[in-house]
Amino acid sequence: MTRKQKRLSVIAGGLAFLGAATGLTFYALGQKASYFYMPADLTTASLQPGQRIRLGGLVEKGTIERGQGTTVAFSVTDNQKQVKVTYTGILPDLFREEQGVITEGAFRPDGVFVADSVLAKHDENYMPKEVADGLKSKGVWQESKSD
Amino acid sequence: MVETGHFALVLAFALSLVQTLVPLFGARINNQKMMAVGGPVAVTGFALTALSFAALATAYATSDFSVANVWDNSHSLQPLIYKITGTWGNHEGSMLLWVLILTFFGALVAAFGSNLPATLRANVLAVQGAIGATFLLFILATSNPFARLNPAPIEGRDLNPILQDLGLAIHPPLLYLGYVGFSICFSFSVAALIEGRIDASWARWVRPWTLVAWMFLTGGIAMGSYWAYYELGWGGFWFWDPVENASFMPWLAGTALLHSAIVMEKRSALKIWTLLLAILTFSLSLLGTFLVRSGVLTSVHAFATDPTRGVFILCILTLFIGGSLALFAFRASRLTAGGLFHPVSREGALVLNNLFLTTATATVLIGTLYPLVVEAVSADKISVGAPFFNLTFGPLMVPLLVVVPFGPLLAWKRGDIFAVAQRLMAAFAAALLAVLVTALFIDGASVFAALGVGLAFWLICGALTDIAVKSGFGSVAPGIMLRRFAGLPRSVFGTALAHLGLGLTTLGIVGTLCFGTEKILSMHAGETVQLSGHTLRFEGLYPAQGPNYSEDRGRFALLGADGSTTAMITSSKRSYPVRQMTTTESGIKTIGFSQLYLSLGDEATDGSVVVRLWWKPLVTLIWGGGLVMMAGAAMSLMDRRLRVGAPSRRRKSAGAVPSASLP
Repeated sequence: MTRKQKRLSVIAGGLAFLGAATGLTFYALGQKASYFYMPADLTTASLQPGQRIRLGGLVEKGTIERGQGTTVAFSVTDNQKQVKVTYTGILPDLFREEQGVITEGAFRPDGVFVADSVLAKHDENYMPKEVADGLKSKGVWQESKSD
Repeated sequence: MVETGHFALVLAFALSLVQTLVPLFGARINNQKMMAVGGPVAVTGFALTALSFAALATAYATSDFSVANVWDNSHSLQPLIYKITGTWGNHEGSMLLWVLILTFFGALVAAFGSNLPATLRANVLAVQGAIGATFLLFILATSNPFARLNPAPIEGRDLNPILQDLGLAIHPPLLYLGYVGFSICFSFSVAALIEGRIDASWARWVRPWTLVAWMFLTGGIAMGSYWAYYELGWGGFWFWDPVENASFMPWLAGTALLHSAIVMEKRSALKIWTLLLAILTFSLSLLGTFLVRSGVLTSVHAFATDPTRGVFILCILTLFIGGSLALFAFRASRLTAGGLFHPVSREGALVLNNLFLTTATATVLIGTLYPLVVEAVSADKISVGAPFFNLTFGPLMVPLLVVVPFGPLLAWKRGDIFAVAQRLMAAFAAALLAVLVTALFIDGASVFAALGVGLAFWLICGALTDIAVKSGFGSVAPGIMLRRFAGLPRSVFGTALAHLGLGLTTLGIVGTLCFGTEKILSMHAGETVQLSGHTLRFEGLYPAQGPNYSEDRGRFALLGADGSTTAMITSSKRSYPVRQMTTTESGIKTIGFSQLYLSLGDEATDGSVVVRLWWKPLVTLIWGGGLVMMAGAAMSLMDRRLRVGAPSRRRKSAGAVPSASLP
């Protein structure tokens, strides 16, 4: 190979590598990014069966049921619609009634949302941003009276 | 005292303006006196910022609740250590720490840069001063930590309980030393662009700063990871949280910079690329500061969500990243390209390293920013988490790790890949053995797990091979070998240690992810549970009182083979009355390099308690590897070659290594 050919092959190799990495990145973004929904959004959303999403809202008052062992069921609401959620594991320390949560998982065929992770806020000033924005857009947001 | 601190900060801002303008202008008209102003001003600016920081720390230590910031983030009952660390456990204080470290690095250049060319030194200090000026203005204008309250409240509102931990004393200072340390590399790059000149001595100057910053950033990330691991009670060591990514991107780019600076110093090649990398690395640090501090992301790190702050930092970001890149575009063509090399060579290997690391940085960047972009252009809210990063970052890292042992063994300019492969036969055999042993003797080991263990051993043995080959193991008499070993440059040990640490971290990650076990169950007092050969008995919940919290301690007995108690593990639920917050303190028992980790859940009505247990094999190696990497950087820093100003000493021993095999 001449010097020029060598240089060209190195550059082509580098570009092919970058191209492959870019392709992989955008494929992964399409496949692995999970969308965030509030309960009322779900009627208009077209979800594939088993598609992973993030479901956010407030934990509805009086719906927390601690079942056998480590399974917990509760409803997530945006004050318009409710979704029943089950979760097996330890709930975050700040999980309470009428607090904002984000749950991640997928719907079971019977319409119950099976969460494999539940995130609550980090401290009393903080509501998950997605939930706060969602509630604001639905006009049911109340400023927290923490101060 | 508090007003003194505020006043000192205003003075520091004024001085940083002087530090920016006077040396810059002096360098332009070649006025020695004006250029010399930079040094003393930088040192004074650091002293004033330190005074200001000390004033705030004193207000915290003495619980002066007339200061709004102290009232908001402290409590008189907190232990003294958390009162002091609370100084930077909030937005204003952490920005002050950021600027303190920035001016500290500027003062270091002033103090140790006496042998730098005068114009370069003046320009470096000017750029450093400009960064300091913008951030000082940011603090003074939007985040004043010294604002008073009148009347002064009697009691404070307590520090966020999650931050009431020793981790807060270590993680932010280390992380900032790393983040902000890259500002020096940035200032050197911009100064070189202003002058339109760059040479090998420039690289010799930049490399130690890169090493220092990289060392601290490695420690800061490792410490942050361990803190999150034991404090959050989720048992994970890395969550691909945007805030973690914000610190990981400068680390990846900084690692690339560390390697390309070697090529530049040794071979005068890759000059322009190295300069660009230095700019990009600090730009990513600034981006990280923006992501964490602006409130665009919600996390435990985002203390404040005041939109004016976000806009202000965005302006700083645009100014420095845009300005430096524009300068790069105009001036880079003036810089002359350096030496040529064959693709198969040490330089080639380092270019490959850079290609992989910068691409990996780009994927992390895209994954981190994509949700923000999508939300800005549409109403959709998405999250990009571990599945994305596992699919993109993983495939990029694995080939890089495979080629790591080749790099240090290849010769400069033109290397012999087959000769290197031959030297690595023993390391390859060890890795293969590790794969076979894992696959055959460990129950439930998947093919991936076995290959992962093999990869870790390949890295570890490859690093040892590097040292062995360079000391002439197997080819010379033991006496000469020892002498060669002792005569090896420190940077050779540094490289080997850092690569060894990488192998250890890999082993820890593979061990934890592939062989870890987990159980969630509800337990009554007196019940026992088995996990990966360990037997635990739940002894019950015991109430206890801390200085500013009350807690329920769940006590667990680790039982030996004969049923006797060998250790007690305690996990507790703490409740902090002031913030009405509950936290979980995980119970951890370290056994060898592995850990038994347990975390207490809620108490059910029948008196049983939900307990989550993990067996995490080799998990401590994840952070231990980080410490070894830090040691490698420290070792490289001690290399005589990098001690600027140290007289160059001829190596005395006659049996020194042939220079061709030296890096």
